[in-house]
Amino acid sequence: MDKVIVGKTISVTEEGFMTDFSQWDKGIGDAIAAENCIVLTPRHWEVLDYIQTEYKNEVPLSIRKIGKSGIVDIKEFYQLFPVAPLKTATKIAGIPKPVSCI
Amino acid sequence: MKRIVILGAGTGGTMMAQHLNKEVDKKTWSISIVDDRKDHYYQPGFLFLPFDQYKPEDIVKPIKDFIPKGVDFINVGIEKILPEEHQVVLANGNTLIYDILIIATGSEIAPEETEGMKGTEWEKSVFTFYTFEGAKALRDKLKNWEGGKLVVHITEMPIKCPVAPLEFAFLADSFFKDKGMRDKVDITYVTPLSGAFTKPKATAALEYLLKEKNITIESDFAIESVDNESKTINDYGGKTVPFDILVTVPTNKGSELIELSGMGDELNFIPTDKATLQSKKYPDVFVIGDATNVPTSKAGSVVHFEAEILTENILSYIKGQKMEEEFDGHANCFIETGGGKALLIDFNYDHEPVTGTFPIAGIGPLRLLKESRFNHWGKLAFKWVYWNMLLKARPIPFVSAKMNVAGKNYN
Repeated sequence: MDKVIVGKTISVTEEGFMTDFSQWDKGIGDAIAAENCIVLTPRHWEVLDYIQTEYKNEVPLSIRKIGKSGIVDIKEFYQLFPVAPLKTATKIAGIPKPVSCI
Repeated sequence: MKRIVILGAGTGGTMMAQHLNKEVDKKTWSISIVDDRKDHYYQPGFLFLPFDQYKPEDIVKPIKDFIPKGVDFINVGIEKILPEEHQVVLANGNTLIYDILIIATGSEIAPEETEGMKGTEWEKSVFTFYTFEGAKALRDKLKNWEGGKLVVHITEMPIKCPVAPLEFAFLADSFFKDKGMRDKVDITYVTPLSGAFTKPKATAALEYLLKEKNITIESDFAIESVDNESKTINDYGGKTVPFDILVTVPTNKGSELIELSGMGDELNFIPTDKATLQSKKYPDVFVIGDATNVPTSKAGSVVHFEAEILTENILSYIKGQKMEEEFDGHANCFIETGGGKALLIDFNYDHEPVTGTFPIAGIGPLRLLKESRFNHWGKLAFKWVYWNMLLKARPIPFVSAKMNVAGKNYN
């Protein structure tokens, strides 16, 4: 389905995950974060950059993986994205819902 | 003489030994299967053991009874795989050189991954039914328990048989009702997922059942530690759930052998092509069952379907032909819901579980995603099917390796 955010049209799933990463930009990231009651700081962006890089390299993401990334530990990951952090962070990063939950 | 070596004589390894023994030309190929264990467990039975519905002897038989004549069963441990050298080093110092390696080493629980889980309360008030010993210890605890807070918990995904903890919660509800003490037991289901299951339609059906059975669900719970003193589990987000009995599914990992051999991901699961089941890195290595990282359930039904596909692919590989068979992620699981009823779900990589009829479209007799007594009998009958058909790689009538979309209501 289509969704209009900061004046741009993006395609998203019912749960709000973007389906076309080429439509994403930082402004959209900020706006999705705001919808989830998060104000993005440089520390958030370090984590989001990491998540996007892993996605581009087709590496499956999991909370465990992020905890071992060297970028952030799980505790801090939860402080940055307090509710369901992996799902929230991937949503803001504009990439599909992680398939780590089978 | 060329050699196929199978590592692990559990469900997947045994089925591959049976299939290949029938299919490959034994004049040019030998087949060996390596496992240091003596016993083969019917793992779905671990769910029933705590409630004393199955006896320990119902669910264990000797491994060697299921290895066909013509396959060499090597009953020793495995030290290391050397994939670059096409060799497997055994614990007795021997080395096996292979032309084709099939890894079927499964997954194991790793309670030590969570702080405090294997602490002073382990098998006193902290239990798991994911091992034979654990399920027996839990049975002994439940026998005389006078009630309190029962917490059923999943540490992190993926886990073997992702519906098993839900079934445990449902069966516990029944068990305490039958004992006339359901009012003395508080049941909470704690999961790292956002709902009862990973797929939307099944989640809705299962959450309805949880509610009906008065089981509280605590979702999005990422455990940080088990506190053995206060008897609580605590998550990274600051949530705390108290327990009198904690029944947890610890982190599941692939075999340590995979880590030692440098062949796994961060959980020791092996990067595997999800269609052909060939290792992504080594063309002469194939992986089956829980040992893979393919995005479907870790379950016996999956292994059964994979075994049929993998057999065809290995035969093509032997002939130097392109592997035509593609695994679709097919999984088929009975979900015990208590009170002598069960649900059935049938799904694959692309199609989530929905309502419908199985295995014959429009007829059944089994109903998908709906509780019925017939489904429960199906689940109980499955123990016989497992020992007598599945492990011997006999085809199950009407049930194909690839999922059938007919008879399913996708709207």
